[in-house]
Amino acid sequence: MKEPVIAISKLTKRYGSLTAVDNLDLSVYKGEVFGLLGPNGAGKSTTILMLLGLTEPFAGSMKVCGIDPTTHPIEVKKKVGYLPDDVGFYDNRTGLDNLLYTASLNRIPKKEALHKAHQLLEQVGLAGDTKKRAGAYSRGMRQRLGLADVLIKDPEIIILDEPTLGIDPTGVREFLDLIVRLSREQGITVLLSSHHLHQVQQVCDRVGLFVGGRLIAEGDIAALSAKLFGEEPFLIQADIDCPGTEDISSLQTALTQLEGVGSLTLASGCLHIGCSHDVTAAIARTVVQSGYGLTRLQKKIHGLDDIYHRYFEGGKA
Amino acid sequence: MKPLHPFWVIVNKEMSDHVRSWRFTILLSLILLTCFGSLYTALNNIGMPPKSGGTGNGSFFFLQLFTATDGTLPSFIVFINFLGPLLGITLGFDAVNSEFNRGTLNRIMSQPIHRDYLLNGKFTASLLVVAILFFSLTFLVMGIGLIVIGVPPTAGEFFRILSFTLLSVLYVAFWLNLSILFSVRFRQPATSALTAIAVWLFLAIFYPILIRMVARAMAPATGIMADPDVTFQYQHTVLNFLRFAPSQLFSDATTTLLMPTIRSLGPLTMEQVSGAIPNPLPLGESIFIVWPQLTGLIAATVLCFALSYFSFMRKEIRS
Repeated sequence: MKEPVIAISKLTKRYGSLTAVDNLDLSVYKGEVFGLLGPNGAGKSTTILMLLGLTEPFAGSMKVCGIDPTTHPIEVKKKVGYLPDDVGFYDNRTGLDNLLYTASLNRIPKKEALHKAHQLLEQVGLAGDTKKRAGAYSRGMRQRLGLADVLIKDPEIIILDEPTLGIDPTGVREFLDLIVRLSREQGITVLLSSHHLHQVQQVCDRVGLFVGGRLIAEGDIAALSAKLFGEEPFLIQADIDCPGTEDISSLQTALTQLEGVGSLTLASGCLHIGCSHDVTAAIARTVVQSGYGLTRLQKKIHGLDDIYHRYFEGGKA
Repeated sequence: MKPLHPFWVIVNKEMSDHVRSWRFTILLSLILLTCFGSLYTALNNIGMPPKSGGTGNGSFFFLQLFTATDGTLPSFIVFINFLGPLLGITLGFDAVNSEFNRGTLNRIMSQPIHRDYLLNGKFTASLLVVAILFFSLTFLVMGIGLIVIGVPPTAGEFFRILSFTLLSVLYVAFWLNLSILFSVRFRQPATSALTAIAVWLFLAIFYPILIRMVARAMAPATGIMADPDVTFQYQHTVLNFLRFAPSQLFSDATTTLLMPTIRSLGPLTMEQVSGAIPNPLPLGESIFIVWPQLTGLIAATVLCFALSYFSFMRKEIRS
């Protein structure tokens, strides 16, 4: 097993009576893109701030690159780049100046910093705007400048807090692609928090579901859905056309006898069939052979959306 | 070349921010204007024989550049007393909260620097800007004075002027720290600026009025019936209360430094004065007289800084 670069165990943070993070255990391995997924106020940002040593934990321990951020925040901050959700720049300075300032705070020699800043601005697609004041940047441009700002210190880990907030869909796509490409090319570990399911699904190798300060599930999408939906990772929806008779119980019996079919529910002419593996073809055959009309047949693989909703239903119940 | 220490990187950046900012430019022109105005009146009046008549020797000519006035325009020291707080407040009122509101604070804090670098760096930068401004202003005034009156300052006068400048920087440092404290405490820059200005106006204008009103109500009998001991005590108490205001401390200290004939800041009894030869005091003695004022100013400055340091270190960085 690989060594985790971020190892969190039994981490707890309280603000007064509010428990923001509750007994959290989490491991992130080198080179992977890990998605922290959860609604607003789930404790994602608090966890991130604790990882950077910007907030002290109430209890528990953490190791980032083998260093404890609570006692050695400077060492951790040398290796970790952090992009806050509402990243700000000095508006009266140019984008390049802002990058150079960060570089000099990281004690990067001036010549090297200048070279690197230009290279990074090229990479994030801001090469034409280096001399523009950061105040004139659009939201998407600021976010990309933020990414360059994070990367200028050559981090081993980058932590992005809601990086896609307020960017338009194409911008989001480009931004996420950029992150994944950088991670693959340079072997950077990425920890990304979001409440946007689809974005996380697109780019993350593994996902952690965060609700009420607790990590309630962890793994890749397939593992998560297997864990959640148990024996029935596939859901097939079939619209049945049954002229004359409303009774389709004979069909239902026939379908339940198929191998792999689990639950079966009927709702306004639509059958929801849960299966352990892909039996779409067999279902179509059975419906037609039983003398019913099949107007629509759809195979559905559980996405994060379903996982998310299932959890929140479960969480409230 | 070795890269600069992050602390000095912050100081560098803050200083260039100050120098480029509009508010500093406006304040600078205001100070320059008043400075030359008072210099002009001082030069016009400097030829007159000293009003008190007997300073013994005709020296300390040079110091009058900073104190002389014909009543139409206040002297240089009065202007510094008035504009210094404004300068301090201007440089400090949005030091921390603007970083917080712009979202730059957590970005800077996630760089490998200690948290206090930011606060200390901002303070140091503002103080350096003030020091450079005041010293160049003082030397400018001295230079112009030298050209116009043609009498070089004596060593004593020179050091008196230098200590006056240092004192002015210290005075502004107090107001700077007070406004930095407010900038840590209040989220909105406007709130912190207004609070700082309110404190300044209270201490500069209303506080002395208040004290004088109360003092008048409690004044002992005057005239032939007056008991000298009681009057003496009373004067002393009133003065001490007035000295809670930093501007009073500053004006006490500056007048003593720039007018060597002043030998005490409190009331003097006839016995104390009777044997004295009306000679100016040496610099060391003048500094000795204002030592309590100096200590008070430093203490107030340090207190403000400690408070803002404490609350900044405990502040939650997240927005």
